Amino acid sequence: MALKYQIFLVAGIVSSVALHASVGAVAAPKRSPRPVKVVEPDPRGQNLALSCAGCHNTDGKSVGIIPAIYGKTAEYIESAMKDFRSGNRPSTVMGRHAKGYSDEEIHLIARYFGELQGNNK
Amino acid sequence: MNITRRDFNKLLVSGIAGSTLGMFGGTRSAFAAQKRVVVIGGGFGGASAAKYLKKLDPSLSVTLVEPKAAYITCPFSNWVLAGLKTMGEITQTYAVLAARHGVEVIAETAVSIDAAKLTVTLSSGKVLEYDRLVVSPGIDFRWDTIPGYSQKVAETKMPHAYQAGPQTELLTAQLRAMKNGETVLICPPAMPFRCPPGPYERASLIACYLKEQKPKSKIVILDPKDKFSKQALFRKGWERLYPGMIEWRGAAAGGKVQGVDAEAMTVTTELDVVKGAVINIIPPQKAGKIAVDAGLIDTSGWCPINPVSFESTLHPGIHVIGDACVAGPMPKSGFAASSQGKVTAAAIVRLLRGQVPAPPSLVNTCYSLIGPAYGVSVAGVYKLSPEGIVEIPGSGGLTPIDASDDQLNQEAMFARGWYNNIVNDIWG
Repeated sequence: MALKYQIFLVAGIVSSVALHASVGAVAAPKRSPRPVKVVEPDPRGQNLALSCAGCHNTDGKSVGIIPAIYGKTAEYIESAMKDFRSGNRPSTVMGRHAKGYSDEEIHLIARYFGELQGNNK
Repeated sequence: MNITRRDFNKLLVSGIAGSTLGMFGGTRSAFAAQKRVVVIGGGFGGASAAKYLKKLDPSLSVTLVEPKAAYITCPFSNWVLAGLKTMGEITQTYAVLAARHGVEVIAETAVSIDAAKLTVTLSSGKVLEYDRLVVSPGIDFRWDTIPGYSQKVAETKMPHAYQAGPQTELLTAQLRAMKNGETVLICPPAMPFRCPPGPYERASLIACYLKEQKPKSKIVILDPKDKFSKQALFRKGWERLYPGMIEWRGAAAGGKVQGVDAEAMTVTTELDVVKGAVINIIPPQKAGKIAVDAGLIDTSGWCPINPVSFESTLHPGIHVIGDACVAGPMPKSGFAASSQGKVTAAAIVRLLRGQVPAPPSLVNTCYSLIGPAYGVSVAGVYKLSPEGIVEIPGSGGLTPIDASDDQLNQEAMFARGWYNNIVNDIWG
């Protein structure tokens, strides 16, 4: 009974908000047009990747001594994170961070930054 | 460790159900052309939320309410005490948020929140309507917990210097004025409080200044705790850089402060009365005033939140982030507040589009400087579990206790690099 109630609640929330959102969308002002096709980021990958900006600056565009993530390929980021995690690549703090992410999460983070560059080209 | 869909739904429902079902009741907000998000507080949490709300959905109307024209960061304010940074170098403004990111910045104090009408009233009497509200008020002090201490004593004799600005300047001036051979007392509170390593970085950097300028002086830390953040790293650093200068008296050594006398410049502990030329009292804390006034706190004095969206479990539609909220084991740090601001921004964008928020991923890194070329850090990666926000086992942790001088120097350089990047990420 309890579980059923929760599912009902969740279903109710989603549909009610969706209704509002669609109503809102009709009246919403047009967004400024962008010259390139925008890839909507995977929301999970986005949440994971936003963590990086706290040290590497917005979109990984570091302004100082900390290395930039922006401009690196997804393949590079993925293998660097795995090497930090295993200790193959020595670090001060990156190894401690990388150990917090699974292979799949590292893949999502790498893809997010890869797509970011696609968006900004 | 993995969270099932059922667990996730449960967490989601625990805080969000009320508000979204409330919206179903047909509030005006649901049909407004442009969704409005109001953010109260322009510190690490609030400014991050405001910037990332606009970054993730430029169609939103985002209003940041912050009475101060400039924000002086607590992180790196200890560096000012040692003369390693100027106040100007730790001052951030809202110009770029307004001009480049399209955040409407209102330089007023938010005086009340009406959670039922979805409005915020400002000091001028102006009323802001919102679809979602983010409250990031930082901390307030529990002045009444230390006999003899008060806000007036803090502003004149015994600064806390735990909100950066005039308090930082007062403590700096007192350190400059004290005589060689006199004693500095630092009195941190019990957990939980803002920036757990802060008092100990402060002791380190005051020692850095005294060693050069007043080498006969000493620092005594009177602590109600049995242990403290990065303890082994700090104690090793103190022995190496400032031998004999810093004495830490924990709970077992009667370190708990029982009262102060601002005229005599003394602190009474369980065992004795200690005199200081400079006395830095860091009082116990609670969530910032607006969170208390709006009924967002529980009996702990802090704000309970839903771990998926940081939405208050007490008032739907209001998200509480930063030092004021209880986010599982995350420390009350500027870094954590910023991470929470981003997760909350992403969750709000999805909620306003009728989508379920993505699972949160949170992070913290706290650098502490023990000397100009001697840095240490603690890191943490946090995710959702059926119990709420938890630290990922095996991740994060401290600078190794046997780190080489090269590594410690590198961490000190990365501390500077971190500051430059995070203030750019938030206010740039």
